[in-house]
Amino acid sequence: MQISFAIIAALTLVSAIAAMSFRNLVHCALSLAITFAGLAALYLQLGAPFVGWAQILVYIGAVAILIVFAILLTRSSESTPQPVISRSWIAGIAVAVLVFGVLTKAILSSSIGQRELPAKPEPTVHEIGTQLMTRYVLPLEAVGLLLTAAAIGAVIIAMQEPGGKKSKVPNIQTGQSRTNPHNEEEKLKTILS
Amino acid sequence: MIGEFFKGLFLMIWKAATDQPDPKADFLQVLPHAIRPVAAVVLSITPIMIVFPTLFAITTWLERKGLGRIQNRFGPNRVGPCGLFQPVADGLKMLTKEDIVPRSADKVVHFLAPVALLIPTLLAYAVLPCGRNMVPINIDAGILFFFAVGASTELSIFMAGWSSRNKYSLLGAMRAIAQMISYEIPLIISTVTVVMIAGSLSLVEIVSRQEGYIFDLVPRWYVFTPWGLAGFVIFLIASLAESNRSPFDIPEAESEIIAGHLTEYSGFKYALFFLAEYLGMFAMSGLAVTLFLGGWHAPLPFLEWVPSYVWFLAKLVALVCLFIWIRGTVPRLRVDQLLNFAWKFMLPMALINLVVAAVWHFTAPWSFAGAILWRWLLCAVIIAVPYVWLGRALSGDKKLTQRTYRYAD
Repeated sequence: MQISFAIIAALTLVSAIAAMSFRNLVHCALSLAITFAGLAALYLQLGAPFVGWAQILVYIGAVAILIVFAILLTRSSESTPQPVISRSWIAGIAVAVLVFGVLTKAILSSSIGQRELPAKPEPTVHEIGTQLMTRYVLPLEAVGLLLTAAAIGAVIIAMQEPGGKKSKVPNIQTGQSRTNPHNEEEKLKTILS
Repeated sequence: MIGEFFKGLFLMIWKAATDQPDPKADFLQVLPHAIRPVAAVVLSITPIMIVFPTLFAITTWLERKGLGRIQNRFGPNRVGPCGLFQPVADGLKMLTKEDIVPRSADKVVHFLAPVALLIPTLLAYAVLPCGRNMVPINIDAGILFFFAVGASTELSIFMAGWSSRNKYSLLGAMRAIAQMISYEIPLIISTVTVVMIAGSLSLVEIVSRQEGYIFDLVPRWYVFTPWGLAGFVIFLIASLAESNRSPFDIPEAESEIIAGHLTEYSGFKYALFFLAEYLGMFAMSGLAVTLFLGGWHAPLPFLEWVPSYVWFLAKLVALVCLFIWIRGTVPRLRVDQLLNFAWKFMLPMALINLVVAAVWHFTAPWSFAGAILWRWLLCAVIIAVPYVWLGRALSGDKKLTQRTYRYAD
């Protein structure tokens, strides 16, 4: 138990540090994916399989891919010529130490340390599902609404309005879609060259 | 000691072959205490590592033969009887080929990509129940596990495409990711219907829910319900796209981008990619069998004496043959057609199928005469009307007529 925790924690920490310090942005994103996997392993070790698998599904399957796509579509993945040490480090370290101090103070002065450990629950997937659909159904619906609103917002931002008039529903057979399918590839080619 | 060891081994194989519960237990008693946990794991993994790569070898032969017949040629016919040893020759060729890494490639990521692709693909088999007592681990969230490990293959394909530092590789990887993310949504939503009805995320539980026969004739598989039939079709199409099979093979469309993310891979690394692709297809077909086709249950009551794993593998091979048939028949889609189809057709149909499953579930207490026919009719209308309407709306006012050939024919 302890050894496995040490291995997982070391992997997570090392990959997190690597994600901050690599010069190549894609390498950073890949190390971050390892960090996500390490966190998932920690959840699994704590006996929360649902959270662990959901962590892998969402963070490695979606968030890491999103980051990688964002890097590729916005800027070159070549390393930038900036020096590793920069002057903003001093301010950054000061802020980090300050935040760490405040958090430590807050945690130490709270009553968490004195509290008795509750009996370890058995959060089966079935139990989580039942709770989500009965007691916590309203927060779940709210989150769903928020995500739908975000999706609609993204569609509105991405939508092109040719001459201010709405275009027809694109055609599966003929492929008369609003965006040129080769646009993305064109963009990629300029990034690569 | 040695005699006991082999006796235990043969007893275990005999028990596994005849569908008896917990075949490993007796054999583990023979082994020393310290290595029992490791031995139990190894004994679970070994059959998977033997059966599915063997199936891969047979499938490559079957696919080349089948495609050959569809295209009116012979296919491989030089190595062994009917070219049956062609996979062996292919494997030897792959092993002895030079491994070429492009000079400007990202060496570490280029090396890791095939490994990072193969490991999650193999992990997916951990939750598939291949027979009556044959599941390596029966976890509560089996389906979630399956899709979680499946999701991490997308990053591996990106690693392969990006690290090769080749335009075609990167284009292929981007196409692959766009396609896999788009089709993952209908795929997962079509499995949600099964989870709704079965009330469990465990694949073993889902299989046990499909036991038994209606009127001692029709098995209670989920594919024989209206939502199950629609869900099975949606799942099949989405899993074709998810495993990059034709007609959704645009990530490696050889006429456009050479071989996509595989362009800069050669020798054994290429073989690993190939293996991972086929193992992924088998895992997807295995999941389809488990969810909709009754898993390892026999199709008819008097066939129950056949061992359960035979039925599982038979259904799996039947699905693989269907995939080969589709590959030989249907031409490749364009990128925009593919994404439009995923988001504007597959996703709404999968969502409507959720409603159909709910209707089927809540009309279950109906008990008047001909209730089952009315339930079928109601569900069929709910799924068929949007299907026709959506299909008409998306094809627009384009008239589809028979193509006339001016010079050919």
